[in-house]
Amino acid sequence: MQNKRTGFGTPELLFALSVGILLVVVAFPMLLIFFNAFWVDGHFNVADVVKVLQRKETYQALLNSLFLSGGVTVTGTIVGTFFAWLVTRTDLPFKKTMKLLFLVPFMLPAFIGALAWKMLLSPRAGYINRFFMDVLGFDNPIFDIYTYAGIILVETMYLFPFVFIQVSGALERMDPTLEESARISGADLFTITRKITIPLVLPSILSGALLIMLYSMAHFGTVAVLGVETGIYNIPVLIYEKIHQSAGSFDSIRTATVLATVLVITAALIMWTQNRVLAKGKYQIIAGKSFRPTELKLRGLRIPLFAFCVLYIAFTIILPTATIFLVGGLKTYGLPFDMENLTWANYHHILFEWDLTRDSIWNSITLGLASALITMFAGVIVSYVIVKMKVKGKGILEFLGMLPFSVPGSVIALGVILAWSGKFGISIYNTVWIILVAYIARYMAFSLKANSAALEQVHDSLVEAARASGATMAQALKDVVIPLVRPGMVAAFFLIFLPALRELTVSVLLYGPTTRTIGVAIYTLNEDGETVYSAALAGIALIIIVVGEVLIKRLVTSKNGA
Amino acid sequence: MAYIELNQVTKRFGSVVAVDRMNLQINQGECVAMLGPSGCGKTTTLRMVAGFEDLDDGEIRVGERIISSKAKRYYLPPEQRNFGMVFQAFAVWPHLSVYENVAFPLRIRKLPREEIHARTEEALKHTNLYKVAQDSPEGLSGGGKQRVALARALAIRPDVMLLDEPLSSLDPHFREEMRFEIKDLQRRFGFSILYVTHDQSEAMALSDRILVMQSGIVQQVGTPLEVYASPVNRFVFEFIGLSCFIETRLDQNGMRIGDTPYAWPENIAPPVELVLAGKGLLAARPTEIDFVADGGIRGTVMRKVYLGETIDYRVLVDGTEVRVQKTRRTPGPAIGDNCGLRFSRPHWYPVG
Repeated sequence: MQNKRTGFGTPELLFALSVGILLVVVAFPMLLIFFNAFWVDGHFNVADVVKVLQRKETYQALLNSLFLSGGVTVTGTIVGTFFAWLVTRTDLPFKKTMKLLFLVPFMLPAFIGALAWKMLLSPRAGYINRFFMDVLGFDNPIFDIYTYAGIILVETMYLFPFVFIQVSGALERMDPTLEESARISGADLFTITRKITIPLVLPSILSGALLIMLYSMAHFGTVAVLGVETGIYNIPVLIYEKIHQSAGSFDSIRTATVLATVLVITAALIMWTQNRVLAKGKYQIIAGKSFRPTELKLRGLRIPLFAFCVLYIAFTIILPTATIFLVGGLKTYGLPFDMENLTWANYHHILFEWDLTRDSIWNSITLGLASALITMFAGVIVSYVIVKMKVKGKGILEFLGMLPFSVPGSVIALGVILAWSGKFGISIYNTVWIILVAYIARYMAFSLKANSAALEQVHDSLVEAARASGATMAQALKDVVIPLVRPGMVAAFFLIFLPALRELTVSVLLYGPTTRTIGVAIYTLNEDGETVYSAALAGIALIIIVVGEVLIKRLVTSKNGA
Repeated sequence: MAYIELNQVTKRFGSVVAVDRMNLQINQGECVAMLGPSGCGKTTTLRMVAGFEDLDDGEIRVGERIISSKAKRYYLPPEQRNFGMVFQAFAVWPHLSVYENVAFPLRIRKLPREEIHARTEEALKHTNLYKVAQDSPEGLSGGGKQRVALARALAIRPDVMLLDEPLSSLDPHFREEMRFEIKDLQRRFGFSILYVTHDQSEAMALSDRILVMQSGIVQQVGTPLEVYASPVNRFVFEFIGLSCFIETRLDQNGMRIGDTPYAWPENIAPPVELVLAGKGLLAARPTEIDFVADGGIRGTVMRKVYLGETIDYRVLVDGTEVRVQKTRRTPGPAIGDNCGLRFSRPHWYPVG
């Protein structure tokens, strides 16, 4: 009950701030993309857009994007669902460990994986192919990674956890009595799996599949690393080429904006489908009483399937990781892995001597910290307005905030280039600031998700009680709300910091001579043929990422325990 | 003749004995309720009968046939036991319509199409679901969902119905209604019921016999009246109905509460082993204690609360609070009054 309406108090300030942040960071760059794509010489122009799309390279990129992401979605969904079922519904040995191991690929950046597979399976120089040809006397390489199949395979390895997480989560939360009542009705386990279990988790399978598709569609690294030799490219790769090879030319910028528009529309379609799937399939299958579900006895298949899982993990996690570290230690790329060919010198060089790589590590860490901190605080403010305040127009805020979640990284980068390269009075192109701005836009959705989840737990009556005790709105926020949402803020920080550390898609479009990120440095070193340094830096990146993940797990669990 | 028979049935989870050498016979058409606090092993017992849990000892028979046996290492799979079962959380499949839910067990049995249809419709009619047959069960209330589960269990015309707290997820006013419906269906179809609940009034209303369990051990089996009127131990006394206890010291001449000596209440002396032990627990239902002006066990009225038809008193007797309930028509003492208590039907149990 305010007795004086001052017109501009804390709520209004928060609202204005939220609108400001989202307009400048998200809406403005996005609009510029559409504007540049459709607005030519002061006219709205669709014919030219169609013309751009009819160019061979453009629709080829579109076809490739669809084909590659479609393939990855199918294989990733099959792999993810199968393993999820295996670790939740059968008597597979060491299920808990297996479940954790299947999540490891999520930590590893796909483009580093692509790099490793290139070293192992490139048709002429790949270690595995050379082993088969030189040692076993094969005439041809056993597998060529520079193909559509190769790209799909590598992306599948790193993206299947999207489905795995969704499906194993659904299977674990599912009320076991739903399956037990089918058993007591006379159905055997196979019939139950087919008629009850799979239909009930189908929404989770589909929603995971669409996440794979969304991610693969926008994915730059794997296609750029593996497709360059044979000329396979998708939309993000073509955008990269347009921006880099003919920097500044009007036609290439326009082509890029049209491609970006296509990406945005596809992504929006995927998100829309996903929302429909989730809304339609929101079965209440959460368990009440928790008796563990009956495990399917694998019997004779138990050990073979276990061996299969171990082999899969060895092949997709251990083999590429080991390859990265070993190649990173080679004196020259292509030498066999003998002790006399291995050296610490590469690691020493990139960590202590070479400015390019040292800068990249420094850049990635400072960018990660800065974007995580800024986005965390901005995210609290915006989600407070969305979740707690009864203001008109907050739906738009929500939409703007979640937009970057479905907008591919290359689109965000392009929008940021259009907005902050001097056309509107601010030029931060080629500086580290433009990457920071892009990261903030890119990761805002993560922060909003974590913070709104935390804020929804804070009941309105808690703030009302503070107000009734005499606190002003600002004091209530500071003393009641912020302390209660701190876990959400911490979560948001790490949800941003870790992905930012290994980011490539955005920064590869924005880097300048001294503003390479780790991802960019690895990628460009590889492009320049500096394979061993590229591998060594990738190894260092893997260590930073894994140590970071472990530290965070520790931090979060010890906090929950206290 | 016993239709279902549990012999020395035992189940352990790690070092915890969830069910300890349990024996039970259920006759054809009989309803037996297993009653006890959560974690007492009643649901585990039901799940062993259903076939979801193996036994660590003992065996279970239906009629002449062994369906679970530790010694023979034989377990008939749940899907071949031909039981009807209803779960606490309904377990109605949300991706199937009401009709398809009920028809599922019949389709699994590959019955002729006409028979599936006839039996599904029959089950739907008996559970008043005929009108919503084509709807998704998602839209039904808790009571509606539980009726679907009941119809599904009925469809196969089972001889045995296993009910796992079927009413505890329902709103209170639905519970009573469903209670009658289950009883009606049993009367009509004549199946035996093994019923798990922690609600004693539910057990009383539904069952022919009640089995009271605690920590995996059967405390008492008897008709509802036997269990209520003659509880075998303090746990059963306390678990069924309201209760109050006074600790007393005993000798040949009478009892002492604190330092005050009294004669035996209503001249019901405690069992001789309690007298020899020197102490005993005097137990009574709050409704079976009367106020007397003179004599009786003396105490002071601390609280007096009107609960509508009854008045709830708390009387302090030498440090122990005794609960007394009288109808509002009986004149009673006021707060602070010194009063006498007369136990009309006392029970004696060992202390501790």
